[in-house]
Amino acid sequence: MRIALMGQPNSGKSTVFNDVAGYKAITSNFPGKTVKYTLTKFNLLGQTIELVDLPGTYSLTSFDLAELEARKYLLKGNVDVVINVIDASLLSRSLELTLQLLELKLPMVICLNMIDEAERKGIRIDTEKLSKVFGVPVVPAVAIKGKGIKGLFSTAYKVGEKKKIGKTINFSKDVEDVITPLSIQIKKKQIEREFNVPERFLALKYLENDSYFMENYEEKNNNLFKEIVHFQNILKETHGRQSDVVISSERHHLSMNIYESVVSLTKPHISLIDYLDNILMHPFLGYISLGLIFYLFFNLIFSVGKMVEEPLLDYFYKLIPLLEKSIDSGTLLFSIISGIIQGLAGGIAIVLPYLFPFLFGLAILEDLGYLPRIAFLLDAFLHKIGLHGKAIIPFILGYGCTVPAIMATRILESERDRFIASVLVTMIPCAARMTIIFALVAFYISPQAALAIYILNIIVIIISGKILSRLLPEITPGMILEIPAYHIPSIKVALAKTWLRMKEFIFVAWPLLIVGSTILSLLQYYKGDMLINNLFSPLTSLLGLPLVVGTTLIFGILRKELSMLMLIQAIGTSNVAAVMSTTQIMTFTIFVIFYVPCVATIAVLWKEIGSKRTLFAVGFTFVLAVILAIITRFVY
Amino acid sequence: MTITLDSIGENQKVKVISVSGGWGIRQRLGCLGIHPGDIITVKRSAIMRGPILISVHGNQVALGRGVAGKIIVEVIE
Repeated sequence: MRIALMGQPNSGKSTVFNDVAGYKAITSNFPGKTVKYTLTKFNLLGQTIELVDLPGTYSLTSFDLAELEARKYLLKGNVDVVINVIDASLLSRSLELTLQLLELKLPMVICLNMIDEAERKGIRIDTEKLSKVFGVPVVPAVAIKGKGIKGLFSTAYKVGEKKKIGKTINFSKDVEDVITPLSIQIKKKQIEREFNVPERFLALKYLENDSYFMENYEEKNNNLFKEIVHFQNILKETHGRQSDVVISSERHHLSMNIYESVVSLTKPHISLIDYLDNILMHPFLGYISLGLIFYLFFNLIFSVGKMVEEPLLDYFYKLIPLLEKSIDSGTLLFSIISGIIQGLAGGIAIVLPYLFPFLFGLAILEDLGYLPRIAFLLDAFLHKIGLHGKAIIPFILGYGCTVPAIMATRILESERDRFIASVLVTMIPCAARMTIIFALVAFYISPQAALAIYILNIIVIIISGKILSRLLPEITPGMILEIPAYHIPSIKVALAKTWLRMKEFIFVAWPLLIVGSTILSLLQYYKGDMLINNLFSPLTSLLGLPLVVGTTLIFGILRKELSMLMLIQAIGTSNVAAVMSTTQIMTFTIFVIFYVPCVATIAVLWKEIGSKRTLFAVGFTFVLAVILAIITRFVY
Repeated sequence: MTITLDSIGENQKVKVISVSGGWGIRQRLGCLGIHPGDIITVKRSAIMRGPILISVHGNQVALGRGVAGKIIVEVIE
């Protein structure tokens, strides 16, 4: 049996999903974090259930790519049961999607998630009454605490077995008088079969002028097109508004009426967290706190990282001389073993100490609901680079990893905005590059120098954004972004999320790192590295870097942190300062941050913005890196 | 008196008269509970002609100035 989780953005679908799947889908407190679906299989009453977590969608009339993906999946027709996850504290608005889902005539269960939050807000919901109105079971739940989830799935299973379909709720009579004849026309021509949806659903989509359903038949079926326009005009004349506004207003009123009939309002409990916005979104204090939060965050990563890096590195340094005692340092075996040790050391001592505090801190900020607030504060600034506030969400995620950040650009409405944001996101120092900044610059030069790199990076991104938006002059559609209520982050969930993101490093990057170290050892043993280094010598000499750096730049394309770790191996000492001057360290770091995104990023760019634009991004960032590195060489 | 939402001051309550944008913007706003007839409270307005924060049906939504300029409203309080 296949069950799909469907609901409005930020209603907790992924949290419900993770309750049964273990922490597999990233959850955060901002609308639109799930941009592609995630699948899991689990066992329920001896049956294998396939559960799919779909991106959130406000309605079945879709706009952005993530919403379209959810609708497409649902219309494919291989879902047995839909679980409509609702944020109970936003019941009236959420019911608009529920009404549309019912029109699809699929077996369905309603999950009233965050029922505790609704009660705190003074919203008491009569679930039995709600269930009667729609003719589908309603299960209250608190997904973050795992409450009600077992009951939800056993109910869903029963609904799926019986193929129980809910009621379709009628609009006002004059609107129904238009829907009915149009449905009949559609059924006569059997157009609904093409889309695999009920005719009433299709009639409504046509009255709403939904571009997907309109475009797909316009050429094929001219007659029906005339009918549709005719019916749209009837609605327009009788209501004095566009037909799509008539339908959405009808749904809105129906939802409001249902809401009022099932809810009794009590006094809300106001807690301290409700006052947080008085500071964090204040026109003056808001910006001060934003700066302060990120400054503290930066210091936290550095102090935790340094505290752990130093003793761990010392420990690994002691291993190499020990090895020299037992194996002759001129042999191949020695090269291989020391390569493996350096690969391990790089991961444990240099990368993880910075990666963990960063990802954990990011998880806390995400779950609290701070990201959409930053979008609000910075919207005006982002307009200056031709984007709008929502683009800040992929940018911030970019400090974690570029790949999900590029996927997150799907929350932007226009293709041009997605392209500009994607190119700019590749320049944001991801966690891998962050470890380079911290472990090289902050460690060997000073934390201030590391902070300066971050500031320089932001300036370069602003200038690049200005250039790109000049090249593609088009007005960005304005921001429309829901600002969700704050949630107190759960440490357990934040740790699970950190672990999920770290896994990427541990299981993908680390093995690559060890293999890379070994290959480099072999290359050095057979003097192959000299060949590559000579090939790169025009670039390295232009940047004033030691010749041995050449090989490391290739590894950096695989994974950015490899450049640094390979550097340590290539120069033959883990005390970088002994071989490279501070200017060289700075130049190397600047170059590595900006030049050519890593392989995984190139792959996701290719998928999201196409081959030509990806090549443009690669070329653009490479040229930029060379220019910036040369400037650093002579200025710093 | 009817004006656009972007010119409403903080803590003022308004009623939506109509949305003058195209199909996409009407639908998007509709999804967030902003239709003709709905009541909106302007809660905050960001500096440098930044977005405004509104409260509608117990929910907070940030709207860019451009978007807010397309919502025609009537002050009720």
